[in-house]
Amino acid sequence: MIRPDIFTETATALKNIYDKQLPQLRQLKDWQSKYRVLMTLGKELPAFDSDWHRDEFLVQGCESKAWLLHYQDPVTAQHFWAFDSDARIVKGLIILILAQVNGLTAEEFAKATPELLLTELQLQQNISPSRSNGLLAVLNKIKNGVRSHC
Amino acid sequence: MNFNLPSLRQQFPFFDAHPDWIYLDNAATLHKPQAVLDAMNVFYSQQNSNVHRSAHGLSQQATAAFEAARTTVAQFLNARFSHEIIWTSGTTAGFNQLVFGLMGPVLQFGDRVLISTMEHHANIVPWHIHALPFGVELDVVPMTADHRFDLAVFTELLKLKPKVVSISHISNALGHIQPIADIVRLAKAAGAIVVLDGAQGIVWEQVDVQTLDVDFYLFSGHKLYGPTGIGVLYGKTEYLELLRPLLGGGEMIKTVSFTQSSWNDLPYRLEAGTPNMAGAIGLAAAILWLQQQNLAAFQQHKKNLMQRFYEGCRQIPALELLSGPTTNAGIVALNLKNEHPADLATLLDQQKIAVRAGTHCAMPLFQAINRKGSVRFSFGCYNSFDEIDRTLTALATAVELLAE
Repeated sequence: MIRPDIFTETATALKNIYDKQLPQLRQLKDWQSKYRVLMTLGKELPAFDSDWHRDEFLVQGCESKAWLLHYQDPVTAQHFWAFDSDARIVKGLIILILAQVNGLTAEEFAKATPELLLTELQLQQNISPSRSNGLLAVLNKIKNGVRSHC
Repeated sequence: MNFNLPSLRQQFPFFDAHPDWIYLDNAATLHKPQAVLDAMNVFYSQQNSNVHRSAHGLSQQATAAFEAARTTVAQFLNARFSHEIIWTSGTTAGFNQLVFGLMGPVLQFGDRVLISTMEHHANIVPWHIHALPFGVELDVVPMTADHRFDLAVFTELLKLKPKVVSISHISNALGHIQPIADIVRLAKAAGAIVVLDGAQGIVWEQVDVQTLDVDFYLFSGHKLYGPTGIGVLYGKTEYLELLRPLLGGGEMIKTVSFTQSSWNDLPYRLEAGTPNMAGAIGLAAAILWLQQQNLAAFQQHKKNLMQRFYEGCRQIPALELLSGPTTNAGIVALNLKNEHPADLATLLDQQKIAVRAGTHCAMPLFQAINRKGSVRFSFGCYNSFDEIDRTLTALATAVELLAE
Protein backbone atom coordinates (compact mmCIF):
# COMPACT_ATOMS: atom_id res chain seq x y z
CA MET A 1 0.00 0.00 0.00
CA ILE A 2 1.40 3.41 -0.95
CA ARG A 3 1.07 5.91 1.87
CA PRO A 4 -0.42 8.98 0.09
CA ASP A 5 1.41 11.51 2.28
CA ILE A 6 4.74 10.29 0.87
CA PHE A 7 4.00 12.59 -2.09
CA THR A 8 3.26 15.67 0.05
CA GLU A 9 6.26 14.97 2.28
CA THR A 10 8.50 14.50 -0.77
CA ALA A 11 7.09 17.70 -2.30
CA THR A 12 8.02 19.65 0.85
CA ALA A 13 11.52 18.17 0.88
CA LEU A 14 12.03 18.92 -2.82
CA LYS A 15 10.82 22.49 -2.32
CA ASN A 16 13.35 22.95 0.51
CA ILE A 17 16.14 21.54 -1.64
CA TYR A 18 15.12 23.88 -4.48
CA ASP A 19 15.18 26.87 -2.13
CA LYS A 20 18.25 26.06 -0.02
CA GLN A 21 20.68 23.57 -1.56
CA LEU A 22 20.21 24.54 -5.20
CA PRO A 23 21.36 28.18 -4.73
CA GLN A 24 24.26 26.81 -2.69
CA LEU A 25 25.20 24.40 -5.49
CA ARG A 26 25.16 27.28 -7.99
CA GLN A 27 27.74 29.12 -5.85
CA LEU A 28 30.16 26.23 -5.50
CA LYS A 29 33.06 26.09 -7.90
CA ASP A 30 35.06 22.91 -7.24
CA TRP A 31 33.69 19.47 -8.02
CA GLN A 32 34.37 18.03 -4.56
CA SER A 33 32.17 20.62 -2.84
CA LYS A 34 29.39 20.08 -5.36
CA TYR A 35 29.45 16.31 -4.97
CA ARG A 36 29.61 16.66 -1.19
CA VAL A 37 26.27 18.54 -1.32
CA LEU A 38 24.82 16.29 -4.02
CA MET A 39 25.50 13.16 -1.99
CA THR A 40 23.69 14.50 1.06
CA LEU A 41 20.49 15.45 -0.81
CA GLY A 42 19.04 11.97 -0.39
CA LYS A 43 18.95 12.41 3.36
CA GLU A 44 16.46 15.28 2.94
CA LEU A 45 13.81 13.03 1.43
CA PRO A 46 11.25 11.26 3.65
CA ALA A 47 11.99 7.61 4.34
CA PHE A 48 11.03 5.35 1.45
CA ASP A 49 9.27 2.24 2.77
CA SER A 50 11.31 -0.84 1.95
CA ASP A 51 7.98 -2.34 0.84
CA TRP A 52 8.08 0.05 -2.14
CA HIS A 53 11.36 -1.41 -3.36
CA ARG A 54 9.25 -3.52 -5.66
CA ASP A 55 10.00 -4.53 -9.21
CA GLU A 56 6.91 -2.69 -10.46
CA PHE A 57 8.48 0.62 -9.38
CA LEU A 58 12.01 -0.28 -10.42
CA VAL A 59 13.38 1.70 -13.35
CA GLN A 60 14.84 -0.68 -15.92
CA GLY A 61 18.19 0.12 -17.44
CA CYS A 62 20.24 1.15 -14.43
CA GLU A 63 23.25 -0.58 -12.90
CA SER A 64 22.24 1.14 -9.69
CA LYS A 65 18.68 0.51 -8.59
CA ALA A 66 16.10 3.29 -8.75
CA TRP A 67 12.46 3.19 -7.73
CA LEU A 68 10.00 5.83 -8.85
CA LEU A 69 6.46 6.39 -7.58
CA HIS A 70 4.12 8.70 -9.46
CA TYR A 71 0.85 10.34 -8.48
CA GLN A 72 -1.37 12.78 -10.33
CA ASP A 73 -3.74 14.95 -8.32
CA PRO A 74 -7.18 14.35 -9.88
CA VAL A 75 -8.35 17.89 -9.10
CA THR A 76 -5.37 20.08 -9.96
CA ALA A 77 -3.86 17.65 -12.55
CA GLN A 78 -0.45 18.22 -10.95
CA HIS A 79 2.17 15.44 -11.15
CA PHE A 80 4.02 14.33 -8.03
CA TRP A 81 6.80 11.83 -7.49
CA ALA A 82 8.50 9.91 -4.73
CA PHE A 83 11.85 8.33 -5.36
CA ASP A 84 14.63 6.19 -3.99
CA SER A 85 17.92 4.79 -5.26
CA ASP A 86 20.61 2.62 -3.73
CA ALA A 87 23.33 4.88 -5.16
CA ARG A 88 23.83 8.32 -3.65
CA ILE A 89 24.95 10.29 -6.70
CA VAL A 90 22.18 9.10 -9.00
CA LYS A 91 19.75 9.80 -6.19
CA GLY A 92 21.06 13.34 -5.83
CA LEU A 93 20.89 13.99 -9.57
CA ILE A 94 17.30 12.73 -9.80
CA ILE A 95 16.36 14.87 -6.81
CA LEU A 96 17.70 17.93 -8.65
CA ILE A 97 15.57 16.97 -11.68
CA LEU A 98 12.45 16.33 -9.61
CA ALA A 99 12.93 19.52 -7.57
CA GLN A 100 12.31 21.45 -10.78
CA VAL A 101 9.30 19.56 -12.11
CA ASN A 102 7.49 18.15 -9.08
CA GLY A 103 3.94 19.51 -8.89
CA LEU A 104 3.80 20.68 -12.51
CA THR A 105 0.85 19.98 -14.77
CA ALA A 106 1.46 18.14 -18.04
CA GLU A 107 1.24 21.43 -19.91
CA GLU A 108 3.88 23.06 -17.71
CA PHE A 109 6.00 19.94 -17.76
CA ALA A 110 6.08 19.90 -21.58
CA LYS A 111 7.92 23.24 -21.54
CA ALA A 112 10.40 22.19 -18.85
CA THR A 113 13.99 21.09 -19.56
CA PRO A 114 15.07 19.97 -16.10
CA GLU A 115 18.15 18.09 -17.31
CA LEU A 116 19.82 21.33 -18.39
CA LEU A 117 20.44 22.17 -14.74
CA LEU A 118 22.87 19.27 -14.44
CA THR A 119 24.94 20.62 -17.32
CA GLU A 120 24.78 24.11 -15.85
CA LEU A 121 26.03 22.82 -12.49
CA GLN A 122 28.67 20.76 -14.33
CA LEU A 123 27.49 17.67 -12.55
CA GLN A 124 26.75 15.73 -15.69
CA GLN A 125 28.32 16.91 -18.92
CA ASN A 126 26.20 14.65 -21.06
CA ILE A 127 23.31 12.40 -20.15
CA SER A 128 24.37 9.32 -22.02
CA PRO A 129 22.38 6.12 -22.48
CA SER A 130 25.08 4.29 -20.49
CA ARG A 131 23.69 1.68 -18.15
CA SER A 132 26.24 2.51 -15.50
CA ASN A 133 24.51 5.79 -14.89
CA GLY A 134 20.85 5.07 -15.43
CA LEU A 135 19.97 8.75 -15.22
CA LEU A 136 18.50 8.74 -18.71
CA ALA A 137 16.30 5.76 -17.89
CA VAL A 138 14.87 7.54 -14.84
CA LEU A 139 14.43 10.76 -16.79
CA ASN A 140 12.52 8.89 -19.50
CA LYS A 141 10.32 7.22 -16.92
CA ILE A 142 9.47 10.61 -15.40
CA LYS A 143 8.60 12.00 -18.84
CA ASN A 144 6.61 8.93 -19.86
CA GLY A 145 4.71 9.07 -16.57
CA VAL A 146 3.50 12.56 -17.43
CA ARG A 147 2.67 11.71 -21.05
CA SER A 148 0.63 8.65 -20.17
CA HIS A 149 -1.44 10.63 -17.67
CA CYS A 150 -2.15 13.68 -19.82
CA MET B 1 60.96 -4.07 -17.12
CA ASN B 2 62.36 -5.17 -20.49
CA PHE B 3 60.59 -2.63 -22.63
CA ASN B 4 60.56 1.09 -22.93
CA LEU B 5 57.20 2.34 -21.71
CA PRO B 6 57.27 5.84 -23.26
CA SER B 7 58.08 4.44 -26.70
CA LEU B 8 55.43 1.73 -26.29
CA ARG B 9 52.84 4.37 -25.38
CA GLN B 10 53.78 6.44 -28.40
CA GLN B 11 52.53 3.62 -30.59
CA PHE B 12 48.98 4.16 -29.25
CA PRO B 13 47.53 7.35 -30.77
CA PHE B 14 44.56 7.30 -28.39
CA PHE B 15 46.75 8.61 -25.57
CA ASP B 16 47.72 11.68 -27.60
CA ALA B 17 44.03 12.53 -27.89
CA HIS B 18 43.41 12.10 -24.14
CA PRO B 19 46.58 13.04 -22.28
CA ASP B 20 44.68 13.96 -19.11
CA TRP B 21 42.85 10.63 -18.69
CA ILE B 22 44.08 7.51 -16.93
CA TYR B 23 42.65 4.50 -18.72
CA LEU B 24 42.16 1.51 -16.41
CA ASP B 25 39.29 -0.13 -18.27
CA ASN B 26 41.51 -2.43 -20.28
CA ALA B 27 39.43 -5.54 -19.58
CA ALA B 28 36.55 -3.83 -21.40
CA THR B 29 38.60 -2.97 -24.47
CA LEU B 30 42.23 -2.26 -25.24
CA HIS B 31 43.59 0.65 -27.23
CA LYS B 32 45.07 -0.03 -30.65
CA PRO B 33 48.65 0.40 -31.77
CA GLN B 34 49.25 2.43 -34.93
CA ALA B 35 50.23 -0.78 -36.77
CA VAL B 36 46.62 -2.03 -36.51
CA LEU B 37 45.16 1.26 -37.74
CA ASP B 38 47.66 1.29 -40.62
CA ALA B 39 46.79 -2.26 -41.71
CA MET B 40 43.08 -1.46 -41.78
CA ASN B 41 43.73 1.78 -43.59
CA VAL B 42 45.78 -0.07 -46.22
CA PHE B 43 43.02 -2.65 -46.60
CA TYR B 44 40.30 -0.09 -47.24
CA SER B 45 42.40 2.26 -49.34
CA GLN B 46 44.28 -0.33 -51.42
CA GLN B 47 42.86 -3.85 -51.12
CA ASN B 48 39.12 -3.50 -50.64
CA SER B 49 37.13 -6.00 -52.75
CA ASN B 50 34.73 -8.73 -51.69
CA VAL B 51 36.58 -11.92 -50.84
CA HIS B 52 36.16 -15.38 -52.34
CA ARG B 53 33.41 -14.68 -54.87
CA SER B 54 34.28 -12.14 -57.48
CA ALA B 55 36.03 -13.17 -60.69
CA HIS B 56 38.55 -10.36 -60.82
CA GLY B 57 42.13 -10.16 -59.67
CA LEU B 58 41.38 -7.48 -57.09
CA SER B 59 39.11 -9.88 -55.26
CA GLN B 60 41.81 -12.53 -55.36
CA GLN B 61 44.24 -10.08 -53.81
CA ALA B 62 41.76 -9.24 -51.04
CA THR B 63 41.06 -12.95 -50.50
CA ALA B 64 44.77 -13.65 -50.15
CA ALA B 65 45.13 -10.95 -47.49
CA PHE B 66 42.01 -12.16 -45.67
CA GLU B 67 43.13 -15.80 -45.65
CA ALA B 68 46.64 -14.80 -44.62
CA ALA B 69 45.02 -13.19 -41.57
CA ARG B 70 43.36 -16.51 -40.76
CA THR B 71 46.73 -18.27 -41.02
CA THR B 72 48.28 -15.70 -38.69
CA VAL B 73 45.64 -16.47 -36.06
CA ALA B 74 46.03 -20.23 -36.58
CA GLN B 75 49.80 -19.98 -36.05
CA PHE B 76 49.29 -17.71 -33.03
CA LEU B 77 47.12 -20.36 -31.35
CA ASN B 78 49.18 -23.22 -32.77
CA ALA B 79 46.07 -24.69 -34.38
CA ARG B 80 46.66 -27.67 -36.66
CA PHE B 81 44.82 -26.11 -39.62
CA SER B 82 43.77 -22.64 -40.74
CA HIS B 83 40.21 -23.87 -41.25
CA GLU B 84 40.01 -24.41 -37.48
CA ILE B 85 39.85 -20.60 -37.16
CA ILE B 86 36.24 -19.41 -37.60
CA TRP B 87 35.77 -15.66 -37.81
CA THR B 88 33.02 -14.33 -35.59
CA SER B 89 32.02 -10.81 -34.61
CA GLY B 90 33.34 -11.45 -31.09
CA THR B 91 33.29 -13.91 -28.21
CA THR B 92 29.56 -13.46 -27.62
CA ALA B 93 28.68 -14.23 -31.23
CA GLY B 94 31.09 -17.16 -31.12
CA PHE B 95 29.32 -18.63 -28.10
CA ASN B 96 25.94 -18.27 -29.76
CA GLN B 97 27.18 -20.15 -32.85
CA LEU B 98 28.87 -22.76 -30.68
CA VAL B 99 25.92 -23.51 -28.41
CA PHE B 100 23.38 -23.48 -31.25
CA GLY B 101 25.70 -25.67 -33.30
CA LEU B 102 26.14 -28.27 -30.58
CA MET B 103 22.38 -28.71 -30.14
CA GLY B 104 21.32 -31.87 -31.89
CA PRO B 105 24.62 -33.32 -33.07
CA VAL B 106 26.17 -33.27 -29.57
CA LEU B 107 23.59 -32.13 -27.03
CA GLN B 108 20.17 -33.68 -26.66
CA PHE B 109 17.33 -33.79 -24.13
CA GLY B 110 18.62 -34.72 -20.68
CA ASP B 111 22.30 -33.96 -21.41
CA ARG B 112 24.25 -31.80 -18.96
CA VAL B 113 26.57 -28.85 -19.45
CA LEU B 114 28.98 -27.62 -16.77
CA ILE B 115 29.93 -23.94 -16.42
CA SER B 116 31.22 -21.92 -13.42
CA THR B 117 29.96 -19.13 -11.17
CA MET B 118 32.53 -16.79 -12.69
CA GLU B 119 31.24 -16.97 -16.26
CA HIS B 120 30.50 -13.89 -18.33
CA HIS B 121 26.88 -13.70 -19.53
CA ALA B 122 28.17 -14.71 -23.00
CA ASN B 123 28.85 -18.18 -21.55
CA ILE B 124 25.49 -18.33 -19.75
CA VAL B 125 22.75 -16.74 -21.84
CA PRO B 126 23.40 -18.65 -25.11
CA TRP B 127 22.81 -21.86 -23.10
CA HIS B 128 19.54 -20.35 -21.87
CA ILE B 129 18.47 -19.45 -25.40
CA HIS B 130 19.63 -22.45 -27.41
CA ALA B 131 19.99 -25.38 -24.99
CA LEU B 132 17.78 -25.21 -21.90
CA PRO B 133 14.47 -25.03 -23.84
CA PHE B 134 15.41 -28.40 -25.38
CA GLY B 135 15.94 -30.17 -22.08
CA VAL B 136 19.67 -29.59 -21.56
CA GLU B 137 20.59 -29.01 -17.92
CA LEU B 138 23.19 -26.54 -16.67
CA ASP B 139 25.38 -27.28 -13.64
CA VAL B 140 27.56 -24.60 -12.05
CA VAL B 141 30.95 -24.95 -10.36
CA PRO B 142 30.93 -22.71 -7.26
CA MET B 143 33.71 -20.45 -6.02
CA THR B 144 35.85 -21.09 -2.97
CA ALA B 145 35.74 -18.61 -0.06
CA ASP B 146 38.56 -16.61 -1.69
CA HIS B 147 36.64 -16.41 -4.99
CA ARG B 148 38.63 -19.08 -6.80
CA PHE B 149 37.52 -21.93 -9.05
CA ASP B 150 36.61 -24.86 -6.79
CA LEU B 151 38.46 -27.78 -8.36
CA ALA B 152 37.24 -30.21 -5.70
CA VAL B 153 33.57 -29.53 -6.42
CA PHE B 154 34.37 -29.46 -10.14
CA THR B 155 35.72 -33.02 -9.87
CA GLU B 156 32.51 -34.05 -8.11
CA LEU B 157 30.29 -32.39 -10.73
CA LEU B 158 32.16 -34.18 -13.51
CA LYS B 159 30.65 -37.39 -12.13
CA LEU B 160 27.32 -36.15 -13.53
CA LYS B 161 28.95 -36.80 -16.92
CA PRO B 162 28.47 -33.41 -18.60
CA LYS B 163 28.71 -33.58 -22.38
CA VAL B 164 30.26 -30.10 -22.46
CA VAL B 165 32.39 -28.20 -19.93
CA SER B 166 32.59 -24.47 -20.70
CA ILE B 167 34.77 -22.31 -18.45
CA SER B 168 36.45 -18.91 -18.61
CA HIS B 169 40.23 -18.89 -18.98
CA ILE B 170 40.30 -15.76 -16.80
CA SER B 171 37.40 -14.28 -14.84
CA ASN B 172 36.48 -10.95 -16.42
CA ALA B 173 35.00 -9.64 -13.18
CA LEU B 174 37.76 -10.69 -10.78
CA GLY B 175 40.85 -11.27 -12.92
CA HIS B 176 41.46 -14.67 -11.35
CA ILE B 177 43.27 -17.08 -13.65
CA GLN B 178 41.46 -20.41 -13.73
CA PRO B 179 43.42 -23.65 -13.50
CA ILE B 180 42.74 -24.35 -17.17
CA ALA B 181 45.29 -27.16 -17.60
CA ASP B 182 43.63 -29.11 -14.76
CA ILE B 183 40.15 -28.20 -15.97
CA VAL B 184 40.84 -29.47 -19.50
CA ARG B 185 42.61 -32.63 -18.31
CA LEU B 186 39.91 -33.61 -15.79
CA ALA B 187 37.01 -32.73 -18.08
CA LYS B 188 38.45 -34.67 -20.99
CA ALA B 189 39.13 -37.65 -18.73
CA ALA B 190 35.43 -37.48 -17.85
CA GLY B 191 34.58 -37.59 -21.56
CA ALA B 192 33.42 -33.98 -21.99
CA ILE B 193 34.00 -31.58 -24.86
CA VAL B 194 35.92 -28.66 -23.34
CA VAL B 195 35.31 -25.01 -24.22
CA LEU B 196 37.41 -22.12 -22.90
CA ASP B 197 36.20 -18.52 -22.95
CA GLY B 198 39.44 -16.74 -23.80
CA ALA B 199 38.09 -13.19 -23.96
CA GLN B 200 40.37 -12.10 -21.11
CA GLY B 201 42.89 -14.93 -21.36
CA ILE B 202 44.20 -14.40 -24.88
CA VAL B 203 45.99 -11.16 -24.02
CA TRP B 204 47.48 -12.46 -20.77
CA GLU B 205 49.50 -15.45 -21.92
CA GLN B 206 50.46 -17.48 -24.96
CA VAL B 207 47.73 -20.01 -25.71
CA ASP B 208 48.73 -23.25 -27.44
CA VAL B 209 45.51 -25.07 -28.22
CA GLN B 210 47.31 -28.32 -29.05
CA THR B 211 49.36 -28.49 -25.85
CA LEU B 212 46.29 -27.49 -23.87
CA ASP B 213 44.23 -30.04 -25.86
CA VAL B 214 41.17 -27.77 -25.59
CA ASP B 215 38.34 -28.47 -28.04
CA PHE B 216 37.05 -24.91 -28.47
CA TYR B 217 38.66 -21.57 -27.57
CA LEU B 218 36.94 -18.23 -28.16
CA PHE B 219 38.18 -14.67 -28.02
CA SER B 220 37.52 -11.13 -29.28
CA GLY B 221 39.86 -9.04 -31.39
CA HIS B 222 39.29 -5.80 -29.51
CA LYS B 223 40.61 -7.25 -26.26
CA LEU B 224 43.83 -8.20 -28.09
CA TYR B 225 44.78 -4.71 -29.38
CA GLY B 226 42.67 -5.40 -32.49
CA PRO B 227 39.49 -3.84 -33.87
CA THR B 228 35.95 -4.34 -32.60
CA GLY B 229 33.53 -6.53 -34.53
CA ILE B 230 35.96 -9.38 -35.13
CA GLY B 231 36.52 -12.46 -33.01
CA VAL B 232 37.61 -16.05 -33.27
CA LEU B 233 35.98 -19.37 -32.59
CA TYR B 234 38.76 -21.94 -32.63
CA GLY B 235 37.65 -25.57 -32.74
CA LYS B 236 39.22 -28.91 -33.45
CA THR B 237 38.26 -29.99 -36.96
CA GLU B 238 36.30 -33.03 -35.80
CA TYR B 239 34.12 -30.90 -33.50
CA LEU B 240 33.70 -27.95 -35.87
CA GLU B 241 32.45 -30.45 -38.46
CA LEU B 242 29.61 -31.32 -36.08
CA LEU B 243 28.35 -27.77 -35.58
CA ARG B 244 25.11 -26.76 -37.25
CA PRO B 245 25.43 -23.25 -38.74
CA LEU B 246 23.55 -20.58 -36.80
CA LEU B 247 23.49 -18.17 -39.73
CA GLY B 248 22.67 -19.06 -43.31
CA GLY B 249 23.41 -17.30 -46.58
CA GLY B 250 26.37 -16.01 -48.51
CA GLU B 251 29.67 -17.80 -48.28
CA MET B 252 28.37 -20.68 -46.16
CA ILE B 253 26.43 -22.52 -48.88
CA LYS B 254 27.42 -25.10 -51.46
CA THR B 255 24.13 -25.53 -53.34
CA VAL B 256 20.71 -24.01 -52.81
CA SER B 257 17.31 -24.92 -54.21
CA PHE B 258 13.94 -23.82 -52.89
CA THR B 259 13.54 -27.08 -51.02
CA GLN B 260 17.00 -27.56 -49.55
CA SER B 261 20.55 -26.32 -49.27
CA SER B 262 23.86 -28.00 -48.72
CA TRP B 263 26.66 -26.31 -46.85
CA ASN B 264 30.17 -25.38 -47.72
CA ASP B 265 33.30 -26.83 -46.11
CA LEU B 266 35.06 -25.42 -43.06
CA PRO B 267 35.69 -22.67 -42.25
CA TYR B 268 33.19 -21.05 -44.64
CA ARG B 269 30.27 -23.22 -43.52
CA LEU B 270 30.21 -21.23 -40.26
CA GLU B 271 30.86 -17.80 -41.81
CA ALA B 272 27.62 -16.61 -43.44
CA GLY B 273 27.54 -13.28 -45.25
CA THR B 274 30.38 -11.03 -46.32
CA PRO B 275 32.96 -11.40 -43.57
CA ASN B 276 34.53 -8.58 -41.59
CA MET B 277 37.52 -8.39 -43.90
CA ALA B 278 39.10 -5.25 -42.47
CA GLY B 279 38.50 -6.59 -38.96
CA ALA B 280 40.27 -9.86 -39.69
CA ILE B 281 43.20 -8.02 -41.23
CA GLY B 282 43.30 -5.62 -38.27
CA LEU B 283 43.31 -8.52 -35.82
CA ALA B 284 46.12 -10.24 -37.70
CA ALA B 285 48.08 -6.97 -37.61
CA ALA B 286 47.51 -6.81 -33.84
CA ILE B 287 48.86 -10.35 -33.45
CA LEU B 288 51.89 -9.61 -35.64
CA TRP B 289 52.50 -6.46 -33.60
CA LEU B 290 52.19 -8.38 -30.33
CA GLN B 291 54.60 -11.04 -31.56
CA GLN B 292 57.21 -8.32 -31.99
CA GLN B 293 56.77 -7.23 -28.37
CA ASN B 294 58.06 -8.92 -25.25
CA LEU B 295 54.96 -10.73 -24.00
CA ALA B 296 56.69 -11.97 -20.85
CA ALA B 297 57.74 -8.41 -20.03
CA PHE B 298 54.16 -7.20 -20.62
CA GLN B 299 52.88 -9.81 -18.20
CA GLN B 300 55.51 -8.95 -15.57
CA HIS B 301 54.76 -5.24 -15.97
CA LYS B 302 51.03 -5.82 -15.40
CA LYS B 303 51.87 -7.90 -12.30
CA ASN B 304 54.06 -5.07 -11.01
CA LEU B 305 51.33 -2.47 -11.64
CA MET B 306 48.84 -4.65 -9.79
CA GLN B 307 51.26 -5.16 -6.89
CA ARG B 308 51.72 -1.41 -6.55
CA PHE B 309 47.98 -0.86 -6.69
CA TYR B 310 47.35 -3.50 -4.00
CA GLU B 311 49.96 -1.96 -1.70
CA GLY B 312 48.32 1.43 -2.14
CA CYS B 313 44.84 0.05 -1.51
CA ARG B 314 45.98 -1.30 1.86
CA GLN B 315 46.58 2.32 2.96
CA ILE B 316 42.99 3.31 2.17
CA PRO B 317 40.47 2.44 4.87
CA ALA B 318 37.26 0.46 4.34
CA LEU B 319 38.12 -0.92 0.91
CA GLU B 320 36.90 -4.44 0.31
CA LEU B 321 39.02 -6.24 -2.28
CA LEU B 322 37.12 -8.96 -4.11
CA SER B 323 40.12 -10.04 -6.24
CA GLY B 324 43.29 -11.57 -4.89
CA PRO B 325 46.73 -10.26 -5.90
CA THR B 326 48.14 -13.64 -6.95
CA THR B 327 47.16 -15.79 -9.95
CA ASN B 328 45.51 -12.67 -11.25
CA ALA B 329 45.70 -11.30 -14.80
CA GLY B 330 45.76 -7.61 -13.84
CA ILE B 331 42.14 -7.03 -12.86
CA VAL B 332 41.20 -5.75 -9.41
CA ALA B 333 37.57 -5.63 -8.29
CA LEU B 334 36.85 -3.72 -5.13
CA ASN B 335 34.15 -1.96 -3.17
CA LEU B 336 34.01 0.69 -0.51
CA LYS B 337 32.11 -0.81 2.41
CA ASN B 338 28.42 0.18 2.51
CA GLU B 339 28.72 2.32 -0.62
CA HIS B 340 27.40 1.66 -4.10
CA PRO B 341 30.12 0.94 -6.69
CA ALA B 342 28.45 3.43 -9.07
CA ASP B 343 29.14 6.27 -6.59
CA LEU B 344 32.80 5.40 -6.24
CA ALA B 345 33.18 5.11 -10.03
CA THR B 346 31.48 8.48 -10.61
CA LEU B 347 33.88 10.19 -8.21
CA LEU B 348 36.80 8.56 -10.04
CA ASP B 349 35.33 9.63 -13.38
CA GLN B 350 35.30 13.21 -12.07
CA GLN B 351 39.06 12.83 -11.63
CA LYS B 352 39.43 11.36 -15.13
CA ILE B 353 40.12 7.82 -14.01
CA ALA B 354 38.39 5.45 -16.44
CA VAL B 355 37.16 2.35 -14.61
CA ARG B 356 34.09 0.19 -14.87
CA ALA B 357 31.41 -0.15 -12.20
CA GLY B 358 28.58 -2.63 -11.94
CA THR B 359 28.22 -6.35 -12.35
CA HIS B 360 30.54 -6.63 -15.39
CA CYS B 361 28.20 -8.93 -17.32
CA ALA B 362 28.54 -11.49 -14.53
CA MET B 363 25.40 -10.96 -12.44
CA PRO B 364 25.31 -14.53 -11.07
CA LEU B 365 28.80 -14.06 -9.62
CA PHE B 366 27.67 -11.01 -7.65
CA GLN B 367 24.49 -12.80 -6.56
CA ALA B 368 26.72 -15.62 -5.26
CA ILE B 369 28.75 -13.24 -3.09
CA ASN B 370 25.76 -11.01 -2.28
CA ARG B 371 27.21 -7.76 -3.63
CA LYS B 372 25.61 -5.06 -5.79
CA GLY B 373 28.64 -5.11 -8.04
CA SER B 374 32.14 -3.74 -7.89
CA VAL B 375 34.46 -1.11 -9.26
CA ARG B 376 36.88 -2.81 -11.61
CA PHE B 377 40.41 -1.54 -12.29
CA SER B 378 42.07 -3.40 -15.16
CA PHE B 379 45.66 -2.75 -16.12
CA GLY B 380 47.24 -2.69 -19.57
CA CYS B 381 50.81 -3.02 -20.78
CA TYR B 382 50.84 0.71 -21.53
CA ASN B 383 49.88 1.86 -18.01
CA SER B 384 52.60 3.42 -15.85
CA PHE B 385 53.47 3.39 -12.16
CA ASP B 386 52.80 7.12 -12.12
CA GLU B 387 49.25 6.40 -13.32
CA ILE B 388 48.82 3.86 -10.52
CA ASP B 389 49.99 6.41 -7.95
CA ARG B 390 47.67 9.11 -9.30
CA THR B 391 44.80 6.61 -9.33
CA LEU B 392 45.46 5.74 -5.68
CA THR B 393 45.40 9.43 -4.78
CA ALA B 394 42.11 9.84 -6.67
CA LEU B 395 40.72 6.75 -4.99
CA ALA B 396 41.63 8.12 -1.56
CA THR B 397 39.90 11.42 -2.45
CA ALA B 398 36.76 9.57 -3.54
CA VAL B 399 36.75 7.44 -0.40
CA GLU B 400 37.13 10.53 1.77
CA LEU B 401 34.19 12.24 0.05
CA LEU B 402 31.98 9.19 0.49
CA ALA B 403 32.99 8.76 4.12
CA GLU B 404 31.89 12.28 5.10
